[in-house]
Amino acid sequence: MNIQACLRHRLFWPCATLLLLCLINFAFNPNFFDIEIKNGALYGSVIDILNRAAPVMLVALGMTLVIATRGIDVSVGATVAISGAVVAVMIGGTLAIQDGVQTYVANYPMPLAMLVAVLVALLCGLWNGALVSGVGMQPIIATLILMVAGRGVAQLITEGQIVTIYYEPFFFIGNGFLFGIPFSLYIVAAVLGLLLVLTQKTALGLFIQAVGLNPTSARFSGISARALVLWVYGFCGVTAGIAGLIVTSNVKSADGNNAGLGMELDAILAVALGGTSLDGGRFSLMGTVIGALIIQTLTYAIYSLGVPPEVNLVVKAVVVFTVCLIQSEKFRSMMFTSKQRVEDKS
Amino acid sequence: MKAMRYINPRTLPLVVTTALFILLFGFGAVSYDAFLSPQVFVNLIIDNGFLLVVAVGMTFVILAGGIDLSVGSVVALSTMVTAALVQHHHWSIWAITPLVLIIGCAFGLLHGVLIQVFRMQPFIVTLGGMFLARGLCYLISIDSISITDPTYTALSEYRLPLGAETAISLSGVIAIVTLLVGVYIAHYTRFGRTVYAIGGNERSALLMGLPVARTKILVYVLSGFCSALGGILVTLYMLSGYGLHAIGFEMDAIAAAVIGGTLLTGGVGFVAGTLVGVMILGVIQSLIAFDGSLSSWWTRIAIGFLLFLFCLLQRLLERSKLGKK
Amino acid sequence: MAEQQPILQMQGIHKRFPGVVALNDAQLRLFPGEVHALMGQNGAGKSTLIKVLTGVESCDAGSITLAGKPIRAESVLEAQALGISTVYQEVNLCLNLSVAENIFIGRFPMSRFGIDWKTLQTKAMAALAALNVDIDVTLPLSSYPVAIQQMAAIARALSTDAQVLILDEPTSSLDEDEVGRLFDALRRLKARGIAILFVTHFLDQTYAISDRITVLRNGEFEGEYAAAELPRIQLISKMVGRDIDEAAFARQAGAEIAPAEDEAPFLAARGLGKLGSMRPIDLDIRAGQVLGLGGLLGSGRTETARMIFGIDRPDSGSTQIKGASVNLHSPRKAIREGLAFCSEDRKTEGIVAELSIRENIILALQARRGVFRFLSVRQQRVIADEYIKQLGIKTSDSEKPIGQLSGGNQQKALLARWLATEPKMLILDEPTRGIDVAAKLEIMDLVKAQCRKGLAILFISSEMSEVLRVSDRIAVLRDRQKIGEIAGNDADEPGIFRMIAGGEA
Repeated sequence: MNIQACLRHRLFWPCATLLLLCLINFAFNPNFFDIEIKNGALYGSVIDILNRAAPVMLVALGMTLVIATRGIDVSVGATVAISGAVVAVMIGGTLAIQDGVQTYVANYPMPLAMLVAVLVALLCGLWNGALVSGVGMQPIIATLILMVAGRGVAQLITEGQIVTIYYEPFFFIGNGFLFGIPFSLYIVAAVLGLLLVLTQKTALGLFIQAVGLNPTSARFSGISARALVLWVYGFCGVTAGIAGLIVTSNVKSADGNNAGLGMELDAILAVALGGTSLDGGRFSLMGTVIGALIIQTLTYAIYSLGVPPEVNLVVKAVVVFTVCLIQSEKFRSMMFTSKQRVEDKS
Repeated sequence: MKAMRYINPRTLPLVVTTALFILLFGFGAVSYDAFLSPQVFVNLIIDNGFLLVVAVGMTFVILAGGIDLSVGSVVALSTMVTAALVQHHHWSIWAITPLVLIIGCAFGLLHGVLIQVFRMQPFIVTLGGMFLARGLCYLISIDSISITDPTYTALSEYRLPLGAETAISLSGVIAIVTLLVGVYIAHYTRFGRTVYAIGGNERSALLMGLPVARTKILVYVLSGFCSALGGILVTLYMLSGYGLHAIGFEMDAIAAAVIGGTLLTGGVGFVAGTLVGVMILGVIQSLIAFDGSLSSWWTRIAIGFLLFLFCLLQRLLERSKLGKK
Repeated sequence: MAEQQPILQMQGIHKRFPGVVALNDAQLRLFPGEVHALMGQNGAGKSTLIKVLTGVESCDAGSITLAGKPIRAESVLEAQALGISTVYQEVNLCLNLSVAENIFIGRFPMSRFGIDWKTLQTKAMAALAALNVDIDVTLPLSSYPVAIQQMAAIARALSTDAQVLILDEPTSSLDEDEVGRLFDALRRLKARGIAILFVTHFLDQTYAISDRITVLRNGEFEGEYAAAELPRIQLISKMVGRDIDEAAFARQAGAEIAPAEDEAPFLAARGLGKLGSMRPIDLDIRAGQVLGLGGLLGSGRTETARMIFGIDRPDSGSTQIKGASVNLHSPRKAIREGLAFCSEDRKTEGIVAELSIRENIILALQARRGVFRFLSVRQQRVIADEYIKQLGIKTSDSEKPIGQLSGGNQQKALLARWLATEPKMLILDEPTRGIDVAAKLEIMDLVKAQCRKGLAILFISSEMSEVLRVSDRIAVLRDRQKIGEIAGNDADEPGIFRMIAGGEA
């Protein structure tokens, strides 16, 4: 009975997949699970995977809520680029001599720059939300607009250059360690924590599910779906903005053309892998985090297997098709007609 | 009722688009001396021929109420297959071209079957196809493969003279022919009208006894074919195969179709409109190139802005129609 | 007439769905050149019979013969090929295509170069001219009103050389002039010898156009009558399955309007109407009273409820709550004013099937409180459990998805959702539809109990006996307008059906 319950738990398959991938990694690289301490910080494959997955985890968390309301946001990659461009231009870093020592100073105070970057990202999200809930466009089309124009905007901000940042403290966000653990993971944990609180300790989770599962019923019950959808997109923009900060800090520069390229796809994939239905409704934030980790572990496995990293795309394609087939009711009924339960029908 | 005849909500986006094109081209002609030459106009078609071909396929998919995000990758894969076969294996162009077209159709078939039979969302299926085609590119080679084969270089440099100082390339001709065939299919064949019917109301199309499943799958096959053909044109244009060719191309194709007056919800639009959409994208690029002081990223912003305007226009038209009932 | 052979004959039709017998020994005869009305209450089996005839559903037993030959259509298309065409309530055409295309798509005239547009247009014009319609057939169908779209659908149905034309509630969204034009066209078709099966809820229209009437009740064949020989009151009594005592009506005649009460009603609607859906209506709904809306299907009951609750915006009239004018522009606003609405469509407008019973019960209350004044799961469970107990919802656990409950229990959970918001007024649209008899009685008792606590209730049901049972007053509707109001204790079924049948019966 307990095993049954365990098997049926929504996180079972994502967790099992992740575990399997880890074991494959372990089989080819016995040092996979090793963690060593260098200069008071933890190093190792697992830490590396966690660290690299951070931006996708963040974006995917925002995306989870959007998808739960029956939406999609394909503009997050462009938002990452915009946020990165804003923060890079505002911080920049010029050489100055302070107390006889050469140091780089930021153009604007770093907290201000980061705040502005995230606010700009929020605006991007709200723009999408307004088009979806206010104007009533299909989500994919509404966000496509920003996906096309957003990279142009990012390049406009950086004036087409790759803006390099020379301001030391900013590197901490993407590369620093706090108590031995990469700092970016604290950010992910904070956002995840906030979302868990918001969805479980406020009515947000319930409303999002109700709107995603049955919009008419939600409206008749008095939920203001419009405002809800608007802010869900806004929040998705914010998570993309924060991811932009991490990505920019990671590479110490902002490239309007390539920052966050393809991230929307990874994020959607992470959400789907985590067990959230792409048709909206029930969602799992933890599942999304695991989904993002699966993608990163898969990438890592491909690297360690010695396969050219570009093949990654083929593997991802296979994963997309498989996940969708499993989610497809038609496929399921073709495969498991005999096992269909009465309760599954409803 | 009378006024309706003059402002037909179906053709309004196309009228706006055409006016916009004339306006932009006129602006170019006034601002830059060299702009108002037939060759600049023909160059619009030469430089954007592959986009036109791909966008025609995309128009059919959108008309049927779907979307195809894999077109850019299939274009890249086509360049890659062509380049690899001609450079490394010295195949003849007559063997390569059909093979590439078949690969394109196979991709479309895969998408169509997954979408129609397994009821998956077109968006997510073609996203998978996008990954797959790009990945296959890199399996062939990670680097760019330049083509030095004399047949290809000759075809690439071929110009068909059109009058005194104007000439069109082979890709331009192929693009125009594709467009004409597309217009014919859309308006003079049962298949074309069924595509419109499905985009308008799939349930009704089924009840009217139309071959919905077959048509929907064929639409994706058609898009795959057009992408492969577009890939061949890109190969001729660039004389190389590369996995990074045509990145973000699907967005340009969608934008061209939408700006050309095709309704993203399906069922409404003209294949000929897509030509105007492609030309507008081309004119914007030319204008920015002629100006010299404007940077290239303004193109993306301008395309995004136009996309926004046309989507908004479409929504407003839809709403006014609903309000009438 | 009697010598004529029926073109279509359905005999001994049985159809079972899991748990329900939809058709039990049903039969139908259609003669060439007649308009035949198929009448019956909700759940009488009309739509199932038509589905069997047109190949949407297969029947378990029975025979169908067309022009003497047994047929069994497996799909709508097969039925069409056999000469049985259907025009549905919602126009099943493609609005984006031109009128001409809609009529002929799938059977385009072809020339050497593809579709022959010229011939197509001429043929389309001719097809519509036969129905006395003259329009520009090259324009998209969406540029014409529903009535013309309906005509195009009929033209399409006839273009397959149909012998039998089924019209499934074609007049639901037409105004009077448009209905007149449609009937005109039908008479022309009749003259051409086509057999027309006409399904409608409008009594006036039934008598205006049909030659004969077949009545179904509870899936069984009740009888076939010549329209001219069946008085309205008889027809209604056949449909509802009760004899209506003529004498009883006489006693009612004087008591049509309940005496007005001194206290201001909780909600007063004045001239609330929406073009094409409901004629202006006046309603007073008082605290501690049940106002029943009586009327047959399609008489405008649901439309009235939706207007009051702010789902559909009325284009005329005003609403007052406790004497103060209010604009209920959205359900949210209506809920804030203390209204609650149980929709007739439990599945798509009521429950959120995948959510738990607990979540479904507290949904409206939480929506009213907003996102941040969150009821903790423990509080939610207390509320849910209380209502589960109070309303007798049969479930082992409030955490089960509500979709797993039986219909009656789902309905009770929805009632709980609204009672949890402590409303001042409750609108119940068909709260007993599709649930078993015991649950029906329970729900009606619950309604009564709530009313005694001072709740104002607007009660809608197709079952007149239910309306009578719970209502203090009954507003009677017919053909989308209110035709009168009677006090509940003065009313009985015959009286109300008399009113619906109109004075002339």
